[in-house]
Amino acid sequence: MRLRPFRIFPKSASPSPSGERLGRGLSNCTCARGDTPPPAPPMEERGVSRAGAILAFFMAALGLSAPAAAQLEVDITGGIAQPMPIAIPGMPTPSVANTPAGDTASLGQRVAEVVTNDLKNSGLFNPLPKSALETVSHPQVTAPDYIFWTQSGAQALVQGFVQANGDGSLTVGCYLYDVLAKSELARQGFVVQPSQWRRAAHKCADTVYTRLTGEGPYFDSRVVYVSETGPKTNRTKRLAIMDQDGANHRFLTNGQTIVLTPRFAPNQQTITYMSYTNNRARVYVYDIGSGTQRLVVDQPNMTFAPRFSPDGRSIVFSMAIGGNTDIYRVAASGGAPQRLTTSPGIDTGASYSPDGSRIVFESDRSGTQQLYVMNADGSNQSRISFGSGRYGSAAWSPRGDLIAFTRIGGGFNVGIMGVDGSGEKILTNGWQDEGPSWSPNGRVIMFFRTGQGSGKADLWSVDLTGVNERPVPTPLDGSDPAWGPLLP
Amino acid sequence: MARLTMRIALVSALALSVAACSKKKPEELPPPPAATAPPTTTETPPPPPSTTVVPGSRADFLAQAGTDTIHFGTDLYDIDAESQAILSKQAQWLARYPNTAVTIEGHCDERGTREYNLALGERRANAAKNFLVNAGVAPSRLSVISYGKERPVATGSDEESWAQNRRAVTVVPQ
Repeated sequence: MRLRPFRIFPKSASPSPSGERLGRGLSNCTCARGDTPPPAPPMEERGVSRAGAILAFFMAALGLSAPAAAQLEVDITGGIAQPMPIAIPGMPTPSVANTPAGDTASLGQRVAEVVTNDLKNSGLFNPLPKSALETVSHPQVTAPDYIFWTQSGAQALVQGFVQANGDGSLTVGCYLYDVLAKSELARQGFVVQPSQWRRAAHKCADTVYTRLTGEGPYFDSRVVYVSETGPKTNRTKRLAIMDQDGANHRFLTNGQTIVLTPRFAPNQQTITYMSYTNNRARVYVYDIGSGTQRLVVDQPNMTFAPRFSPDGRSIVFSMAIGGNTDIYRVAASGGAPQRLTTSPGIDTGASYSPDGSRIVFESDRSGTQQLYVMNADGSNQSRISFGSGRYGSAAWSPRGDLIAFTRIGGGFNVGIMGVDGSGEKILTNGWQDEGPSWSPNGRVIMFFRTGQGSGKADLWSVDLTGVNERPVPTPLDGSDPAWGPLLP
Repeated sequence: MARLTMRIALVSALALSVAACSKKKPEELPPPPAATAPPTTTETPPPPPSTTVVPGSRADFLAQAGTDTIHFGTDLYDIDAESQAILSKQAQWLARYPNTAVTIEGHCDERGTREYNLALGERRANAAKNFLVNAGVAPSRLSVISYGKERPVATGSDEESWAQNRRAVTVVPQ
């Protein structure tokens, strides 16, 4: 499954890129975050500032250049003033060849469309419309038509190619250029089976995104969620997985029993969730490869709210005994659970910090539902939420710096706060927004929004600015999204 | 062409009749439409004659105890006086049929997060169970299950619907 990235040697990108560029490209494959674009050329005639300056602005807006300790102080509600204009023309092929996913010429167009969609959805880029693009020939992939692209208004240019290999695989090349500086910023190639061409496109978009924002990648990732349909009094709920952009959708369970709150294991081969199998509400592990499910803790009591530990060895979950719910930990393979909380109230919604050392959870021990943090062994429990309203369904960011939550005040909102409860920000404002889950890079949150009256729920995403809010396409209704880690 | 003129004629006739109607008795309220409808709906499911109710069945339980459902306040799980009266009747029925095991379902309104509501539903089901146990029902006959907010009975997003959905239901086998 691992995609094999490699440095693109211009000869594989032949027919005839210039020798000079070949030499430069070899050392230019992985671009470190600190790379600075070449010195600024004189101001362009149309007054467009250089891409480098725009990038610096992005990074400042995202708080990227600030040291980690200062990040919480950045006003992330400010948003991005102006997404970067970027051109992503269709990718040519050195020679048209048929593959199980279509011919390489049409794949080149579709790869460019996936890259375009990813970058647009990030909210940080403004891809030029197709009508503003010119057709790129294969030799131009490594020798961009800078005159044209400068006039197009694009600050950055993504070019690439799709090539069929003798062994049935595809090579997708991906190049990023600074249009105004007329320089290459990144290049990366991916060898994939034709059925995985979208992954190569996501990897290309990730290459562009990481190089231009300094942030970690997140496009090549998947989501597990609960697909919903049917009347409000009797919703049919099925586990389903899909790519983060909604593609490659697949149902995992048939809907005969209610399933809730799925979460990927770190290796994404298994999913833990809660199911009403045999009219008992309990935690299971689903194996994607075999399509089988396994009961995690064989107890007469209700078990729910399961989450894997970051190393995948443990599952933290809640168990209700006689009206009292506490948090427990059990080996992912099963066995005797270890009790982590003992308060006489509802302790649930546990979520590990990315290093596995701490757990955020919700408890109503104070009288209302609030967020608490404790060590992974249950020690040092301390409350972190003190705003107005109730707080639940906390999710610790994969970057470790923030905790996303649902706040119930007048309505249901998704928000974020520091791990010590500081810097609370509300990001969404629907009738009922709930259940945040983090993108692999900790910059985007997926959640579900339930409509007033209808009970229909849909998946949405919002970035940390709170401005870039978008629906996530699903074939039916959707709830309980859980974003998996970046694919290898 | 002929069709078009006919339609126009019909429409104008309709308009005329409406106009005539409203002109005649503008002050008169429309007749209550409920006059005929409700009786038919109550008639369709007539209470089964007592002779056909199988003693110890769910229908018998509903007939004797009055209801299988108690309700709760927002975020609450206490058994109030009204619920106590209902559960007492349920306990009397359960005493009469000591071989019947029942499931108590706990439910919540939609205005809570999913997992918290699962726990809250379990609290409600357990509160009902504890009352029945104190009233003499063997705990081994009572199992609980929480559906959180997954199975509402009232579909509105309003206080009245939410009040109906905050409930514990004693489910006797059919």
